[in-house]
Amino acid sequence: MTTTPSRFVAVWRKLPIVHQVRQSVGLQRGMLVAGLILTGIFLLTALFAPLLAPYGFSQLRDDEGSFGAQVPPGGQHILGTTVGGYDVLSRVIWGSRTALLVIVVAVALSIFAGVLLGLVSGYLGSWIDRVLVVISDAVYAFPTLLLAIVAAIAISGGQSSFWGGVFAAAVSITVVYIPQYFRVIRAETVRIKSEAYVESAKVIGSSTPRIMFRHVFRNATRTLPLIFTLNSSEAILTLAGLGFLGFGIEPSAAAEWGYDLNKSISDVTSGIWWTSLFPGLAIVLVVLGITLVGESLNDLADPRLRTRRRADQSAPVLETAALSTVDLDGDVNSIDPLEARS
Amino acid sequence: MSQSAPAVINPAQSEPPTRRFRGITNPLARFLIVRFILIFPTVFILVTMVFLLMRSIGDPITAALGDRLTAAQLAERISAAGYDRPLLVQYFEYLGQVFTGNFGTAITDGRPVSELLVTYGSATLELAFYAVLVALVVGIPLGMVAAYFRDKWPDAVLRVAAILAYATPVFFAGLLLKLVFAVWLKVLPVAGRASTRTELQLTSLDNKSGIYLIDAFRLGSPAAIGDVLSHAVLPGLALGLLTAGIFLRLVRTNVIGSLSMDYVDAARSRGVSEYRLVRKHAYKPALIPIITVIGLQIALLLGGAVLTETTFEWKGLGFKLVEYLGARDFVAVQGIVVLLAVIVALTNFIVDIIAAIIDPRVRY
Repeated sequence: MTTTPSRFVAVWRKLPIVHQVRQSVGLQRGMLVAGLILTGIFLLTALFAPLLAPYGFSQLRDDEGSFGAQVPPGGQHILGTTVGGYDVLSRVIWGSRTALLVIVVAVALSIFAGVLLGLVSGYLGSWIDRVLVVISDAVYAFPTLLLAIVAAIAISGGQSSFWGGVFAAAVSITVVYIPQYFRVIRAETVRIKSEAYVESAKVIGSSTPRIMFRHVFRNATRTLPLIFTLNSSEAILTLAGLGFLGFGIEPSAAAEWGYDLNKSISDVTSGIWWTSLFPGLAIVLVVLGITLVGESLNDLADPRLRTRRRADQSAPVLETAALSTVDLDGDVNSIDPLEARS
Repeated sequence: MSQSAPAVINPAQSEPPTRRFRGITNPLARFLIVRFILIFPTVFILVTMVFLLMRSIGDPITAALGDRLTAAQLAERISAAGYDRPLLVQYFEYLGQVFTGNFGTAITDGRPVSELLVTYGSATLELAFYAVLVALVVGIPLGMVAAYFRDKWPDAVLRVAAILAYATPVFFAGLLLKLVFAVWLKVLPVAGRASTRTELQLTSLDNKSGIYLIDAFRLGSPAAIGDVLSHAVLPGLALGLLTAGIFLRLVRTNVIGSLSMDYVDAARSRGVSEYRLVRKHAYKPALIPIITVIGLQIALLLGGAVLTETTFEWKGLGFKLVEYLGARDFVAVQGIVVLLAVIVALTNFIVDIIAAIIDPRVRY
């Protein structure tokens, strides 16, 4: 009786992340667990920001009077105050909430658009496919940050309200990342549509939309969680880059790490380190956490990269990523998860 | 997954674009012609996207000067610049201008964007050169080390370091470097491309290349060369380390692939030293994908250069772009972005040529 795991344990072991943690060994497990912990801290901080932050993100004074600008860490302000007189710790904590919102909106929008276009393009082929591939390749080759700037100008022209700013940033990021989802989903669709079960469905007279959404879509989305994680980290970096160049959200509307870093450039020259160090570290830790999870999932999804309990060291590694694309000539190109970014 | 993907699904649909150039028998020439023709749709698509996005918020004159001029003055300038005509007419006119190398004229200071390329492009080129240098010197040897010690602790440390390099925004890395080396240790300058004294000396030179290092060498003054180099260290490191992480991973992957080849075992059995095995036998064949990806990194470098130049007040194209963004001069912004698109497309073409010359397999 004790030898067979209970139903609860069996279900637990099949849950997405739990399955991967159990599957991994050694270093790979270490990286995955470290990534999960960092990501977990980020999510909890974002969710409970109002409880964790000692002050509001745009609070300049409390009962005892004004905070004062550039106060060194310690005492009332554990991480000091910024040049604008905000509490650094509070802005770092509130910043996680902005980052999370932007990622969720941006990634949801780009998955929706990218998956739809990838399915249609890959399955229907013909000239639509060619046009879409050429467009996505053109966008893909271009510096993401520059495109995001152009999109940000078009959407907001320098937005200031909270939701306006979040949406402007999210949509700018979406424009840039649609091609990535498009490329991966299209590659999967092109592969799947020659499978026997798709042909069988055609033979029994299934309609094209039914084949596309029922047979192809369900099988093409297996790499989606993977791109999702990798794109989230890129989205944070793009958001920070936009904020750093002055396209962030105004300090009175929300806290944004990139914006705070921009304001700290002059502080650094005069030796004031706390205004840049903490928002910067927040970005690094969050991106590191999400990337570690994405990397580990990428390796675990590819049997050739998965470290086995008794690893076969002689196995050749030809392709190194679970992610790949197919271009118009039919060449398969693998994608390094960290390769494309601004 | 990638291996199981069939190369050709439906011959009619995945017909290679090279088919139309069957008449040209030399495969290299045919490859180059196809790649060259592909530059045009790429640039065309980006120009169209940028144009439409930038015009979706109205005319650039109101955006730049709306709060400074009266309505009548604005209307006069708008009609003088032709922004009151139908968008389609303006679009085709703009396409024609881009095709002839005219990227527009900045509203705020009246400078043609193509002139900015001459003045500020050289600074960006210089920064990109330093960054690539750092990336190659750091990334390639470390990648070989990581590949040789695959799944051992040096590999683990280097892989995490590469991810860390990726996770650090280039401007944060720049600020930290600045804080430590320029402010606390005071061994390197805080910002700029050279000190005022050196800059004055360099401007007195005729036929300036705009690349300070070359100009300083032509000036022949060791002090000037030292000054220019010391200003380049921190920006070069900040932008270079970001790229080094990518090179490290790329070299690691490809060297792991070639280390498991039979000829490496054969060489090892002949008594070739382990160092030589990695350095010569495994590394050389791994070089081709590396060259291709280095070419693709130009887009990343240009994006990163905008941030690095802002952090270090390095007066290049990116610095200028941010200045125009602040002034809401969207004609200049559009011009610089389109100019960068042309540069990216041309660089990718050049990389394709180099890859095709080195590796005959690419051409077919």
